[in-house]
Amino acid sequence: MEKKKLLEIKDLAIHYITVDGVVKAVQDMYLEINEGETLGLVGETGAGKTTTALGIMQLVPDPPGKIVSGEVIFEGSNLIGKSQGELRKIRGNEISMIFQDPMTSLNPVMTVGEQIAEVIRLHQNLSPQEALNKANEMLLKVGIPAGRAKEYPHQFSGGMRQRVVIAIALACNPKLLIADEPTTALDVTIQAQVLELMKKLKTELNTSMIMITHDLGIVAEVCDKVAIMYAGNVIEYTDKVQLFTSPKHPYTVGLFNSIPDIESDVERLKPIKGLMPDPTNLPSGCPFHPRCDKAMPSCSKRVPKNTEVAPGHFVKCLLYEEGVEK
Amino acid sequence: MDEVKVMNKEKLLEVRNLKKYFETKKGLLHAVDDVNFFINKGETLGVVGESGCGKSTTGRVVLRLLEATEGEIFFEGQDIRTFNKQQMRNMRKEMQIVFQDPFASLNPRMSIAEIISEPLIVNKVFKDKKDRINRVKELMETVGLAERLTNAYPHELDGGRRQRIGIARALALKPKFIVQDEPVSALDVSIQAQILNLMGDLQKEFDLTYMFISHDLSVVKHVSDRIAVMYLGKIVELSEYNVMFRDPLHPYTQALLSAIPVPRIDVKRERILLEGDVPSPINPPEGCRFYGRCRHRQSMCKDVTPELREVAPERFVACHFAGNLKPASE
Repeated sequence: MEKKKLLEIKDLAIHYITVDGVVKAVQDMYLEINEGETLGLVGETGAGKTTTALGIMQLVPDPPGKIVSGEVIFEGSNLIGKSQGELRKIRGNEISMIFQDPMTSLNPVMTVGEQIAEVIRLHQNLSPQEALNKANEMLLKVGIPAGRAKEYPHQFSGGMRQRVVIAIALACNPKLLIADEPTTALDVTIQAQVLELMKKLKTELNTSMIMITHDLGIVAEVCDKVAIMYAGNVIEYTDKVQLFTSPKHPYTVGLFNSIPDIESDVERLKPIKGLMPDPTNLPSGCPFHPRCDKAMPSCSKRVPKNTEVAPGHFVKCLLYEEGVEK
Repeated sequence: MDEVKVMNKEKLLEVRNLKKYFETKKGLLHAVDDVNFFINKGETLGVVGESGCGKSTTGRVVLRLLEATEGEIFFEGQDIRTFNKQQMRNMRKEMQIVFQDPFASLNPRMSIAEIISEPLIVNKVFKDKKDRINRVKELMETVGLAERLTNAYPHELDGGRRQRIGIARALALKPKFIVQDEPVSALDVSIQAQILNLMGDLQKEFDLTYMFISHDLSVVKHVSDRIAVMYLGKIVELSEYNVMFRDPLHPYTQALLSAIPVPRIDVKRERILLEGDVPSPINPPEGCRFYGRCRHRQSMCKDVTPELREVAPERFVACHFAGNLKPASE
């Protein structure tokens, strides 16, 4: 059965223009998310994950950021070029976002109940009292007793605060939820609770989700599709099973080898050599080639194209491109 | 055969009835509460637990960077808590620490060479400046820092390189024992793997003993010989790493291990979801600290504090019903 396409990103490029040079934070990006689907966006610091999220929300700080090219098509219409007024109706209502640190995304001088009600009143024509009632319902949904609606963020623990943020994000029943490292600041047992909650609510509300994370364990747990990013590029994009059973890009393989495996014993890890490149001065050709153990002479000269190695499995690597001397 | 090997091992560090309480406005905070363990020469003891469980405090108290409230700390057989300032200063050459945040633990106004040579200067290791410079060079090479970085400042470097500086500084005085306090938590996975390998190599090369503190269980399993799990100031389980991961005995360890997201799709694991949060360590009540969140709690757990006991050779658990867990009775 063909699922309905919710979001489509085509040829997106976002640059930051700084005094040190132009940072190509996102380049040549193509992604698709269907209704009810979860896409994992994986990469290390500076890979461009958060910029992608901000690009979808049209929240890239300008200056220094600029969306240089591309389209972000949400439910059939391009978000790029929409007026602020139109976007405000979409943000928080149809697309909402959860950030890494729950403390900095909550208002410290407003009760959590009011903060949830605020979103509801902004997007739905409800009286203050009705909005507060709905806020209480949301709190219950995320596992917080409604009696705590009158408390302030500092009275909650880290895990509870993230639940409040989730309640705000889901209050208007959005079609797309972007979660930017939502559990990175939490302890493992609390992380497990929050992930479980997100999975449950996502199914209940049939929300699509973009899960930004650096943890392949979380990907294995919650995602349907995965895009691996390196230096602004999606270097591998496929469904979860393909990614875990037959990763293709040398960077993806390197990532898997870098993680200590809890199920087996290895004496030494096989890390990726070298460091992340300077974003203002990316290597020529494939940005990964100086760290790649499969690099060929052509890798420093040619920029790899997005190649479909199997149905729905895209890799940006010259090893898989036709007509390249190997 | 293995047991004989274990018995012949020499203890480098042993801690008995260690307590560290902090006075707070709300009452006495039991950060470390009656902890007992030892570390053999050349081994790595992993210490895991969630925020606030007392693992970092334990690491600092063991080095006397914080004074213990009670208890004994034996290093090579001597109780270092009885040492005076001068004795302790000599002893510090043997025991070092690497901190979590390579951004906060390096002086931003000192060059890399200055940071690494500081312990050598403070301890007057070399009379001749040339010898000292050579030693810094040697240390930088050991940890994989390029010579051209000698006069660079910390802000010019990425997290992985900064952590290498922290390691070089800890190695400068040729210690026997290093407390690694979340040394790779701030690093990206590909860099994390490089640093973990480096620490493994150094341990072999210099016969180092590590206490490795981390909240990341996969990392701890990878580096440790034995693992101690802490919860609210107490060690709840301590055993050889494979034994612990294969067959955890304490209900908290079971939940903790089951909560790790595993980057594989071929392994199905049952997840034990804990209810609620870790309770406050201020004036904790009698009885088992895990009582409120335990799936297997019985009435006696509420009143009687379980001691860490040896339930099988080299396996220590602080649970009244370890090996014989039943569903909660109330």
